[in-house]
Amino acid sequence: MIAEAGHFALILALFVAVIQAVVPLVGASRNNVVWMDFGRPAAVAQFALMAFSFACLTYSFVVSDFSLVVVASNSHSAKPMLYKISGVWANHEGSMLLWVLILSLFGFAVAFFSENLPPSLRARVLGIQSLVAIGFYLFILFTSNPFDRLIDPPFDGNGLNPLLQDPGLAFHPPMLYLGYVGFSVTFSFAIAALLEGRVDAAWGRWVRPWTLAAWGFLTGGIALGSWWAYYELGWGGWWFWDPVENASFMPWLAGTALLHSATMVEKRDTMKGWTIFLAIVAFSLSLLGTFLVRSGVLTSVHAFATDPARGVFILVLLIVVIGGSFTLFALRGPTISNKGLFLPISREGALLLNNLVMTTAAGAVLLGTLYPLFLDAIDGGKVSVGPPFFNTVFIPLIVPMVAAMAIGPMLSWKRADLGPALRKLWLAGILTVVAAIATWALATGGPFLGVVGMMMAVWLGVGTFVELSERIRLFREPLVSSLSRLARVPRASWGMTLGHLGLAIGIAGMTGAGAWKIETIQTMVPGQTVQVGEFDFTFKGVEQGQGPNYSLTKATFVVNKDGQEVVIMYPENRQYPISSTPSTEAAIHTTFFGDLYAVVGDPVGTEGGYVTRLYWNPLVIWMWVGAIFMMAATAVSLSDRRYRIGVSHRRKVVAKPPVSQPAGA
Amino acid sequence: MKRKHKRLTFVFIAALLIAAAGTLMLTAFEENIVFFRSPSDIAENKVEEGRRIRLGGLVEDGSVQQASDGTVTFGVTDTAHTIKVSYLGILPDLFREGQGVVTEGKLLNGVFIAEEVLAKHDENYMPPEVSEALKDAGYWQGEEGEEETVQ
Repeated sequence: MIAEAGHFALILALFVAVIQAVVPLVGASRNNVVWMDFGRPAAVAQFALMAFSFACLTYSFVVSDFSLVVVASNSHSAKPMLYKISGVWANHEGSMLLWVLILSLFGFAVAFFSENLPPSLRARVLGIQSLVAIGFYLFILFTSNPFDRLIDPPFDGNGLNPLLQDPGLAFHPPMLYLGYVGFSVTFSFAIAALLEGRVDAAWGRWVRPWTLAAWGFLTGGIALGSWWAYYELGWGGWWFWDPVENASFMPWLAGTALLHSATMVEKRDTMKGWTIFLAIVAFSLSLLGTFLVRSGVLTSVHAFATDPARGVFILVLLIVVIGGSFTLFALRGPTISNKGLFLPISREGALLLNNLVMTTAAGAVLLGTLYPLFLDAIDGGKVSVGPPFFNTVFIPLIVPMVAAMAIGPMLSWKRADLGPALRKLWLAGILTVVAAIATWALATGGPFLGVVGMMMAVWLGVGTFVELSERIRLFREPLVSSLSRLARVPRASWGMTLGHLGLAIGIAGMTGAGAWKIETIQTMVPGQTVQVGEFDFTFKGVEQGQGPNYSLTKATFVVNKDGQEVVIMYPENRQYPISSTPSTEAAIHTTFFGDLYAVVGDPVGTEGGYVTRLYWNPLVIWMWVGAIFMMAATAVSLSDRRYRIGVSHRRKVVAKPPVSQPAGA
Repeated sequence: MKRKHKRLTFVFIAALLIAAAGTLMLTAFEENIVFFRSPSDIAENKVEEGRRIRLGGLVEDGSVQQASDGTVTFGVTDTAHTIKVSYLGILPDLFREGQGVVTEGKLLNGVFIAEEVLAKHDENYMPPEVSEALKDAGYWQGEEGEEETVQ
């Protein structure tokens, strides 16, 4: 009964979406205010229906209603409550429902926060948002309905894949989707602006918070996924250039470019066509990501099950959305004129360099990800494109960009001199050289890239601080005056500082974990000691135990450094009887300088020996801290008063006299 | 006139960057693409020794052996031919005899030295490359990527 109610709400939401797409769009083109205003209540209704529908599915999982196909295939009555709930989106159907729920949530948010928008723009944004939603409603209802019943319900379910029974994974998909789907709003704004035929600084200001929010969530989602892979898969790695990882990374790259180009629209009234283009690209890549993950065309750990019908449906959706929006862009794009002129050496020039690198990088990742598909389609054989390719292409692109990243914020708008900016960065330059020498001395014989990575991290980190101290005129004015300047630094600028700092910290972490990782694999019998870097791991044996829905083998390792005990580690090997699959639980001891990481595998021989895998992963925590900095940066930037109150919002907007719009809102 | 020059500068820089990236990608492709091969391909001497490839098939029943130094050896078969694989490391959680597997590594004196063994999240999942290789060998009749069935 509950499931039917949810199904019904889903169908109703589709009808509301159709109305929300048609009425405001027609209203906007006919300049009918009543029709235009229809978008907002419709968006609210759509969100309410979707929330209800999703709640119904969640309820079915919580009470283990095994007459639903998804519940029976993906849940089990003996599962802890957290994983019953996260099980809702740990399968194809449920995750698509979550996708649409978030889409309608963003529609609702636009309706709620769009008080300052001209009615016609708002109507168009909501209409486009809803058009996208229609595609996904149809997709769910026709190819992946989570409310399908079983005629003959089983006593108990198949259980959730043990690897997915994990808190990190419980929050990874919703976070990632908030990012993916968040770009639907910037996309809708871009298409609406093309329909309106007007892109100005005010438009840039309205779009930027949405870009920021989507980018922040996407950053969080990627970081969570990476963190999960790191501690759950037991390979000691955190990024595998897996097609699905790439699928989330491409919109991130495009989103990063969009974030920076939207600044130029807002501040300098330039690069408008390019920004529209990037907004379309970012969302197209999000859709492509969904397609790659959901259709199973690419071999990946994330491919739940392959169903050609679904693949074809998403492919058609992809062609309609991407083809349609680019056609519109081709027709309307040339009419957008840019006002702010600038020289290559300027703040704009630096932002443009960021854009070029980010889009080139996204293109490279796209090519590497899709190349196996192309080759297979033309019968060129089956290939895989792995980490060596991406590292070879990526690192040479990123190094010059990071070098420019410290300089860019020091340059003035329109035209600037490179000389003074570089002179101000003398401290960063010296410390970078120091870092290079120190890294070389500490890790002699290590990979050269380790030195390069550390130089990049220090250059960017110190450069970011230098920029902040220049901004508050530190040491050039009395300290009190500098501090009062510090207090008046706009939050959006803080966002830049924190975000760049986050990347610097993240680069240090990635460099450490990539360049100086120590890995040993061996069979150990109880009492045996193995040296990993500066640490001695002594294997003390294993014991058997029981978890809530699994049995476990727990190993004990005592870790010593210079004869002093550092920590005792307990990696586990879990057996889930329901799905008869094992899962390794790595033991991780995190410190400021690196992680100790231990995995226990299968028993060997008769003397109680086990295969063990021991790691020293330097600076791993820095990666997560860097990601947290970036997310904090978006939060701080979003709280900038510019986006909250309508400072000069309406300056350039020549709105048609709106009836319901209070003057000067 | 000036404006045109500026634009040309940007176009030039962008073109330079894209050309550089293109060159990078092409050379990277040349060196780093990993071809998928079946045991039959190796048996028919289609595979160069020392070149990095992916080998996929079924783990031969009863072939998995753990050596005391942690090295695992097993046979990967497409039912027509079997290749011996040697791997130092912990096998993925879903690795089992009779199941599909994809390994990546190099061929050395007829033995495949795997550096990576991939198994999938889903216990019923058959890597598409493997099912195709099995089809080519005339064994696999099941539907490709069939969904989990609920009993």
